[in-house]
Amino acid sequence: MSQKQFKEIPSRDTSVPFGSFKEIQERRERLAPGHRLCAGCGGTIAVRNVLKALHPGDKAVIGNATGCLEVSSFTYPYTAYEDSYIHNAFENAGATLSGVETAYNVLKKKGKVKEEYKFITFGGDGGTYDIGLQSLSGAMERGHDMVYVCYDNGAYMNTGIQRSSATPQYADTTTTPVGKNSNGKPQGRKDLAAIMAAHNIPYVAQTTFIGNMMDLYQKSEKAIYTPGPAFLNIMAPCPRGWRYEAPEIVTICKMAVETCYWPLFEVIDGKWKLSYKPKNKLPLEEFLKLQGRFKHLFAPENTDLLEAFQAEVDRRWEELLNKCEA
Amino acid sequence: MAIKERLSGNEAVAYAMKQINPDVMPAFPITPSTELPQFVSSYIANGEMDTEFIPVESEHSAMSAAIGAESAGARTMTATSSAGLALMWEMLYVAASNRLPIALAVVNRALSGPLNINCEHSDSMGARDSGWIQLYAEDNQEAYDNFIQAYRIAEHKDVRLPIMICQDGFIISHGVANIELLEEEAVRNFVGEYNPEHYLLKADEPMAVGPYAVSCYGMEAKRAQAQGMINAKQVILDVAAEYEKVSGRRYGFFEEYCMEDADYAIVAIGSVCGTMKEAIDRLRAKGIKAGLLKVRVFRPFPGAEIAKALKNCKSIAVMDRSESFSAVGGPLGAEVPAALFQAKNTAEVIKIVYGLNGRDFTIEDAEKLYKDLADIAENGNQSEEEYRYIGLRE
Repeated sequence: MSQKQFKEIPSRDTSVPFGSFKEIQERRERLAPGHRLCAGCGGTIAVRNVLKALHPGDKAVIGNATGCLEVSSFTYPYTAYEDSYIHNAFENAGATLSGVETAYNVLKKKGKVKEEYKFITFGGDGGTYDIGLQSLSGAMERGHDMVYVCYDNGAYMNTGIQRSSATPQYADTTTTPVGKNSNGKPQGRKDLAAIMAAHNIPYVAQTTFIGNMMDLYQKSEKAIYTPGPAFLNIMAPCPRGWRYEAPEIVTICKMAVETCYWPLFEVIDGKWKLSYKPKNKLPLEEFLKLQGRFKHLFAPENTDLLEAFQAEVDRRWEELLNKCEA
Repeated sequence: MAIKERLSGNEAVAYAMKQINPDVMPAFPITPSTELPQFVSSYIANGEMDTEFIPVESEHSAMSAAIGAESAGARTMTATSSAGLALMWEMLYVAASNRLPIALAVVNRALSGPLNINCEHSDSMGARDSGWIQLYAEDNQEAYDNFIQAYRIAEHKDVRLPIMICQDGFIISHGVANIELLEEEAVRNFVGEYNPEHYLLKADEPMAVGPYAVSCYGMEAKRAQAQGMINAKQVILDVAAEYEKVSGRRYGFFEEYCMEDADYAIVAIGSVCGTMKEAIDRLRAKGIKAGLLKVRVFRPFPGAEIAKALKNCKSIAVMDRSESFSAVGGPLGAEVPAALFQAKNTAEVIKIVYGLNGRDFTIEDAEKLYKDLADIAENGNQSEEEYRYIGLRE
């Protein structure tokens, strides 16, 4: 299906500096309202803000792995995307967009396409860490000029909160349910950003929704406008899976960063760079206690689990600091 | 001026690819289709093609990238065999339902297990209901000619479906034989420029591909797709007629060899048909009225036309180079008798499975089969077997 672009791009008020907070906020929304995503969904916030980093007037093709985002934003006959968009399947967002980008290069060379395009694809952690990892790895290794954005909500939320390799240890999911013989997910989460950095691509970053979103904006802009492949890992909480009230998302993201559970960093041409170091690193409980999926960890008999989880977060934080200071 | 050459099937199809010069080719190596991406890569490296080759990390990604490239507005092709086609399975349906006229060169090979690299049709026959047009070849010439006709059929506005151009692994793909090639200019004039109506990179008309559809829309999408396959029948004939003008070679849904007065007919697909023709020549010399119906187009299935061509035969053998594991025979063995039944043709029909995992089928096997058909025509089918194997070791 095709659609007419229904809004003209307004001419920019030149008194507002380009790239300033105000100018970014005034940019046209590229994810139109009316989609069917939940209130308090981190995925939606990720998409809206990443797409805001496209410079006004620049064209883009948006890719999408199967998941909540796709079934809720492109339900026939409606699309929420102002730009061209392609959903293919669950495990192949990387390969699919690499085909689009290659088509662009050849059609540009042949003079059949004249405009400048950017290529951005979104996948959840299921489509990225797990079933789509090979497709993503291939696309990054081949060096396509594209951005792969993982909106990481730490489980297969679309099918009803099953564990993924991004699910944190001890989380209560429908395939790692807490029970008499179970404390939730036995394994810790895969470090996908490090795996992507090991592809030696020009830009990798990890972020979430903090303050005025400038960290997310700046990383998105770098990812989009750095030539070659780029990977963004965005922690994007899910109210259904994490069990929180919609407005709590702001505090959850803040606590994820302040406890160093979800550090903010970049890897630019192989060089690791910490984006933010908390003045006082808070105990992990401050992040965990806001979410129903970790409720069992606060039972008196489970203090050892909390300690083990804290120790693992500390270990990974130290490891990251070492990489960034090296 | 036609170019006389000696080429293998893979060389011939790669040459067709070079002459057509599509925009994008994502592909992954697998025996026996590996040479196709190799030859194309060499053509590109030597500046003889300006196709962009994507060295993907799997066949699943090959078809995924092909879907992306074709959606973006690029003429796209790929090639595979056997397990590679099986790994594409999910995406074959997506390519067809998105109405993307991708051309896929299939070099037919057995699916596992046992792991076997030789000829069988189980790969493309397994994909027969994925929504792709399927053309089969008897030899390198037909594989070449079919590939040149592929985009004209697939991209036709009444069709808009992906197309598989199939050839038998090793027997055709690696067997060198004489061939007549068209001049590059003749090929490019015949195939034409690709100018899709809607595509992702159309600047003034953004487009969304691959929706989620609830039950109040999905069925209409399937029906519209089915219409494309129905329409493909006429388009295949029209393109063949036009191709005959530039090549002098005639194509249809199938080839009839000595069928005008045949009492005993064999229906088969692929390289075995060359063997059949030799046997028919020998039998005809002895006055036995043997004939062959060689199926070129399996999807869309020309059932009524096949039944009509077989209407005067006393007994018919339907040959499958793949097992359906249905307990009643192979895919052609299911569809040809169904077409005969629809046409109220009550000739004796036997269903044969042969050539699995590259097992040879000889001229003597063919002669014996025609003699069996003569016996069946005379005395009826005395066998209690639902279908039979030829070439199986005792």
